[in-house]
Amino acid sequence: MTKKEISLTINGTEHELEVEPRKLLVHAIREDLDLTGTHIGCDTGNCGACTVYMDGQAVKSCLTFAVQADGSEITTVEGMEDHPDAGMGESDLHPIQEGFREMHGLQCGYCTPGMIMSARALLEENPDPTEEEIRESISGNLCRCTGYQNIVKAIQYAADVMNGREPPESPVEHGEAAEPEAASDGGTPMCEADDCCMDVDTDFEPPGGDHK
Amino acid sequence: MSSETRDKPDAKYREDEDGGPNPEKDCGHDRGGMGEEVKRKEDRRFITGRGNYVDDIKKEGMLHCEIVRSPHAHANVESINTERAEKMDEVVAVLTAEDLAAHDLATMPTLMDDTQEVLVRDKVKFQSQEVAAVIATDRYAAKDGAERVEVEYDTLDPVVEAEKAKDEDAPVVREDLDQDDNHIFTWETGDEEATEEAFEEAPVTVEEDMYYQRLHPAPIETCGCVADWDQDDEKMTVHMTSQAPHAHRTLFSMVSGIPENKVRIVSPDVGGGFGNKVPIYPGYVVAAAASYVLERPVKWVEERSENIQTTSFARDYDMTGRIAATEDGEITAVDVDVLADHGAYNAAAQPSKFPAGFFKIFTGSYDIEHAHGTVDAYYTNTAPGGIAYRCSFRVTEAVYLIERMVKALAQELDMDPAEVRRKNFIPKEAFPYESSTGWTYDSGDYERALDKALESVDYDELREEQQRRIANDDDKLLGIGLSTFTEIVGAGPGKQCDIAGVEMFDSAEIRVHPTGNATVRIGVQTQGQGHETTFAQIVAEELGLDVEDVTVEHGDTDTEPYGLGTYASRSTPVGGAATAVAARKVREKAKSIASNELEVAEEDVVWDRQSGAFHVKGAPDRSLTIEEIAGASYMNSPPDEEPGLEAVDYYDPPNMTFPFGAYVCVVEVDRETGEVDIRNFYALDDCGNRINPMIVEGQVHGGVAQGIGTAMLEHVTYDDEGNVTAGDFMNYLLPTSMEIPEIETDYTVTPSPHHPIGAKGVGESPTVGSPPAVVNAVVDAMEHAGVTHVDMPMTPDRVWEVLDDAGLAIDPAENMEFDIDVEDASADD
Repeated sequence: MTKKEISLTINGTEHELEVEPRKLLVHAIREDLDLTGTHIGCDTGNCGACTVYMDGQAVKSCLTFAVQADGSEITTVEGMEDHPDAGMGESDLHPIQEGFREMHGLQCGYCTPGMIMSARALLEENPDPTEEEIRESISGNLCRCTGYQNIVKAIQYAADVMNGREPPESPVEHGEAAEPEAASDGGTPMCEADDCCMDVDTDFEPPGGDHK
Repeated sequence: MSSETRDKPDAKYREDEDGGPNPEKDCGHDRGGMGEEVKRKEDRRFITGRGNYVDDIKKEGMLHCEIVRSPHAHANVESINTERAEKMDEVVAVLTAEDLAAHDLATMPTLMDDTQEVLVRDKVKFQSQEVAAVIATDRYAAKDGAERVEVEYDTLDPVVEAEKAKDEDAPVVREDLDQDDNHIFTWETGDEEATEEAFEEAPVTVEEDMYYQRLHPAPIETCGCVADWDQDDEKMTVHMTSQAPHAHRTLFSMVSGIPENKVRIVSPDVGGGFGNKVPIYPGYVVAAAASYVLERPVKWVEERSENIQTTSFARDYDMTGRIAATEDGEITAVDVDVLADHGAYNAAAQPSKFPAGFFKIFTGSYDIEHAHGTVDAYYTNTAPGGIAYRCSFRVTEAVYLIERMVKALAQELDMDPAEVRRKNFIPKEAFPYESSTGWTYDSGDYERALDKALESVDYDELREEQQRRIANDDDKLLGIGLSTFTEIVGAGPGKQCDIAGVEMFDSAEIRVHPTGNATVRIGVQTQGQGHETTFAQIVAEELGLDVEDVTVEHGDTDTEPYGLGTYASRSTPVGGAATAVAARKVREKAKSIASNELEVAEEDVVWDRQSGAFHVKGAPDRSLTIEEIAGASYMNSPPDEEPGLEAVDYYDPPNMTFPFGAYVCVVEVDRETGEVDIRNFYALDDCGNRINPMIVEGQVHGGVAQGIGTAMLEHVTYDDEGNVTAGDFMNYLLPTSMEIPEIETDYTVTPSPHHPIGAKGVGESPTVGSPPAVVNAVVDAMEHAGVTHVDMPMTPDRVWEVLDDAGLAIDPAENMEFDIDVEDASADD
């Protein structure tokens, strides 16, 4: 098949590529340029794992031919560390990346790069979104692990940092405390400290299986 | 310890007096040990795009494999013509069943000892089944090649539903098994006679039909592998999406005949598993065979439609439940009949002695004297299964059954469903509890969990609001659904549970290095659960090390000790136990070295958990940390001890663990549209001691989201011809951020008495416990009009029909206010 020459500026570096006209942008990025942070999850544009930031918009790179991106400026997740906003928080990373870690916004990590790029597009356009706006903006990105709750918090964390507010330290929530004696059933105290924080017997010998 | 990676516990957490860890108490637990919220060690590579998933792997000379699949669900293969594909320059080989047969690879065993064709030779048994494979130099060329493979089929009548597969005249799916019907097995549990007697005597009985629909785990990363046969070393290395790398190594060796020491399975970063990545699939075998024949690396990665249409589905249990009770609501018996669809092959992934998995846990959290159940399983012309999607082998179906039946009983008795539950709970004094179907529950306190849940959601006020809405004839009905489930997780014990004959133990190896930090290798395999953090926390706790000084490795069979992998919430119950026990073995040896270093008798050396160090009895200032002892173990080892400081443990659990929870789902049902809005979801989980509360809560969020997907959206559907009609993400609907509400998590702590660190596992609890909460809520909203059941997924059209049948539906036209003047409008025509 005849190939076409294209030029893509990805994460600030210009690349000249020869691609078949049918080649998907996501394959050009992953396979020709070895930027494997951008993922493929569904082939139909539903999951958003392939989301990149192209010419100011979040774009699903599995629904885009590489030739359509000719002359474009693209940021992938690999470029986020070099974004001018990187380092605004407590780490060297972009506040969105940092938010995902601090707020436990990822588990298997597969949808994460696409989520980060969608979040970037949102925050560029709307620096201080409401929860509803965040939920709507990532509704084209599927996550099977997190239930989205901590992803929303991760993006709120980034918005906090980028708006000069102190972000929360933890995503952990608890209901109201139950009666304190409750923990003692079923276990034995763990450490010699009278006021130990855990209820584990560290010298406990497990009974062993049938054949032990 | 760097401040970047470790955080102070937040204020709310510190105040907690719920029996969970309280870092503010002065016991020295600030090293990132058990119970602390440690940010995940593995995250950085994922948020920077440097994760290493199977499809990211690129090898010199690597080829791509595309599988030619049948468009028909049931058809004889008349001929396969590969010529046009083979003529393509980029196509290196086209494989058919004949080629595989030459290497004795034409078939492979399923985990339930059935035999599945790797590539079909004679008869296709489900749509998209593997017929041929094209190996080419690039992904696109492999697809072009697959288009050029010409297969002639003689189509046969398919049988698509288990109910129809029972018919004597039904097409036979598996003539290869020498049987003239589609029956796979009948499994039975409990005492039928005693149960029937109890039903005859009971003043109140309720029966309900319910279908737990076919689901797919659908991790966002599909299945795939890169197989690489090294002719010089005669070694097969397969990087694959595997939840159980060691079990897969054994299976690969058994199927291929390659000695097991010459098979290496590497499970790199895995993009979610949920049970989908437990079985072996034909694609893996084809890629390995192609690599062997061609002596080049071969990559096979599924597209989403291939993933949903051909790899193992879950559930598909058509259940009829019956429950018997006294007039005041004491349950006396439960009975269930299940019709199970296993697809074209019995390809469930569960311990081989349990054809219906752990379904006999269907007495749930309740003390029920008599129980009986049967499962009748059939072959159909649909994809093979059914695996345990985030589930311990059919516990999800069992929990759905009992939690729905308890709700149905409450309706029949006109009692509050919370009261019926309370009345029948296994009391906390009764543990360990022997259930009437033969399980021994380890520990539980169900009433405490329920009480806390009801108080947290302000249950009484919700009930009042529900009645107000009914009285006001509101457009939106309120429903409150409860689920007080008990789980069974952490398989083994090895003598009861095996995968392909290998007992279900698990393992950990700890090496403390001369400079005092440690490497831990584990037999379980993360797919997002955060093992690199939680297992390091266990070791930090046990050895007094800082969590930052512990590295956890997993997923490479060349280096890790043998383990059975991660599914069925077994990592913490089994692998976590192995890790704690291995650490205690290290500590035992360290004590002997400490006695040598401190020049006192061993019995005068005590371990002080607060400081994470040994000291001389009565002289706390004469102490040694594990770091210091590690140095001595390599540089000044005692004369009667081997040098070095390491240990390995293979842990065979004495029993399963039984985590539980109390969930409350509050829904609004729109009488005009049938739309169900989940207003609030409260999830209280008791998984025993929590290693990392942040990770536990994350697991609960994700599992509840999957449960909501199950209840509201997901269903792998087929038409009468056996065509998959929900075989991609356009039709198989995963919940998005818009469907999942904010989930309120909560917990109680009831440690497992047989587990070294009192932990029970949590991963699957929310997926198991949440669907009945949602369905109970929707039924609850309509029960005043006599509605007793709505099948999942509860799509708006399905709910609207139920509303309509119950006389609750509002015709949208009645509420519409038309501004248009009808006469004017018609004049415009």
